[in-house]
Amino acid sequence: MSLPARIVTLIVAFLAVVAGGVFVVAHYLLAGPPVEDFTAGHSAGLPVNITMQTDAVTTVASVGDHPTWVSYFIKSPQTGAWIHTTLFKVPADTRVNVTILGYDGSTPIRNQVWGQVTGTIGRVAFYSGKPVRTVNGWNGPYLIQHTFTIPGIGLNVPVEAGPGTCMTAPCTNNQHSTTTFSFITPSQGGVYRWQCFIPCGLSFLYGNGGPMQTIGYMAGNMTVES
Amino acid sequence: MATASEAPAAPSAGPGEPRHGLRIFLIWLPLALIADLLIVFVWGPHLPPGAMSTSARSQQVDFIVLGAMAAPVMLFVLTYFGYALIVWRHREGDDTDGPPIHGNTRIAATWIVTSSVIVLALAVYGTIELWLPAGAGAGEGNTPIWRPSGGAALQVQVIGQQWRWTYRYPQFGGFETTALVLPVGENIQFNVTSLDVIHSFWAYQLAVKADANPGINNVAYTKPLHTGAVQVRCAELCGLWHADMTTSGVVVSVAVFRAWASATETQLAALTRNLPPYALTYDANQIPQLGKAFTAPPPAGAGLSGAGGGYYGGQYPVQP
Repeated sequence: MSLPARIVTLIVAFLAVVAGGVFVVAHYLLAGPPVEDFTAGHSAGLPVNITMQTDAVTTVASVGDHPTWVSYFIKSPQTGAWIHTTLFKVPADTRVNVTILGYDGSTPIRNQVWGQVTGTIGRVAFYSGKPVRTVNGWNGPYLIQHTFTIPGIGLNVPVEAGPGTCMTAPCTNNQHSTTTFSFITPSQGGVYRWQCFIPCGLSFLYGNGGPMQTIGYMAGNMTVES
Repeated sequence: MATASEAPAAPSAGPGEPRHGLRIFLIWLPLALIADLLIVFVWGPHLPPGAMSTSARSQQVDFIVLGAMAAPVMLFVLTYFGYALIVWRHREGDDTDGPPIHGNTRIAATWIVTSSVIVLALAVYGTIELWLPAGAGAGEGNTPIWRPSGGAALQVQVIGQQWRWTYRYPQFGGFETTALVLPVGENIQFNVTSLDVIHSFWAYQLAVKADANPGINNVAYTKPLHTGAVQVRCAELCGLWHADMTTSGVVVSVAVFRAWASATETQLAALTRNLPPYALTYDANQIPQLGKAFTAPPPAGAGLSGAGGGYYGGQYPVQP
């Protein structure tokens, strides 16, 4: 091989390695679900309204491409579209009204302590308008599918199971449960992780897996902006 | 080039040679005394994990003892090293060989005997320090061999779950809460277990650390000596939110604890009725309707992993 050919080969190989590294960083390490911003245009003193849905499937192009994974979706405050993410940003010291539309079936709660509503205004949540404070996640009368829990602020709400199992996400039909509650965000800014405490997706008797361990599905962050 | 006659005399064991051993000893002795006094009286009281409980105080004393034992040894090595660098250094023009020393039985015997005494003494001391403070805050398994004296201990069950600690108080109706509240001056028996993977309950200021294994009761003892805050962490990598599996507890007076426990027992009565009967371990296989309770079954063959899919069913093993 001539000297110019060897130099060209070396440069091409070097660039290929660099491109591969950039691809790995961009595609795997920096990839993540979007952050839904509820602070944009927010007026102090007014509440923030967040609407989510829980689905048994994730039949949309998203992080990781796992169509059979259970997941949360958040309705965009700007466009009203359902976004596959569990990351959202809210203003500090603000009332947040949350509505969760349940399109998933039920799962027996592993630890009944997560059947108790804590950290909400009035320490109460509402299933289709009916107040609930403590839910028996094993024997009813209400069936639970997930929890919405932010340990850092002591918030825990068991989410009522839906009447059906929607098979195309995000779901838009009326066959869903409706869980509502309100809470006050902390007065100081920070990132508060949240998760579902029911082993509801690719879980095993000895540990959570799949969507339970993946940001964008059953775990996420609430960023409080002060 | 220097000649042999210009070079200083090589060290020898002759009558004119200074007593190097005595010199080194006299340099080392005050340094060792100063170091040990600083370790015991200045540094020691600030060593982790503090003295908030019997196990913490015990561990702090252990660190002081280890430091006080190790410092003289380290200082002797450094003193000898420095002395050799200064006194026995190569001097300009000295090209002669050193004295043909071949072993020194007295030095070797002193070194071996001293090392053996130190190591064996620490082994005996370490055993006593595990025994007297009832396990020194470490998990002793299901059948602890070291138990505290002085009557029945307050039972606190520690339950690990990805990713949160909860606590049950069986002597107060078995209520379960995310709050860790302990009385000062009373023996505490932690019964540590897990509902899923292996965690490790680490109450830092109390110097209690015990693995939380599913299906296993791991017992650890301590007695809080002071009121104050306690940081609880998970010391076993357990998944996505392991780093956030932290919480804070508090040690309060006995009266405040009794009032809190009674009030919490009443407040959580509805939740406690839903809990399984108090047990040392909990088997997820015993959860009612473990195979899922469908409000509407999904289509056959959907292969769901969500709450609509029977992921405790036959297609998924009990562990990955």
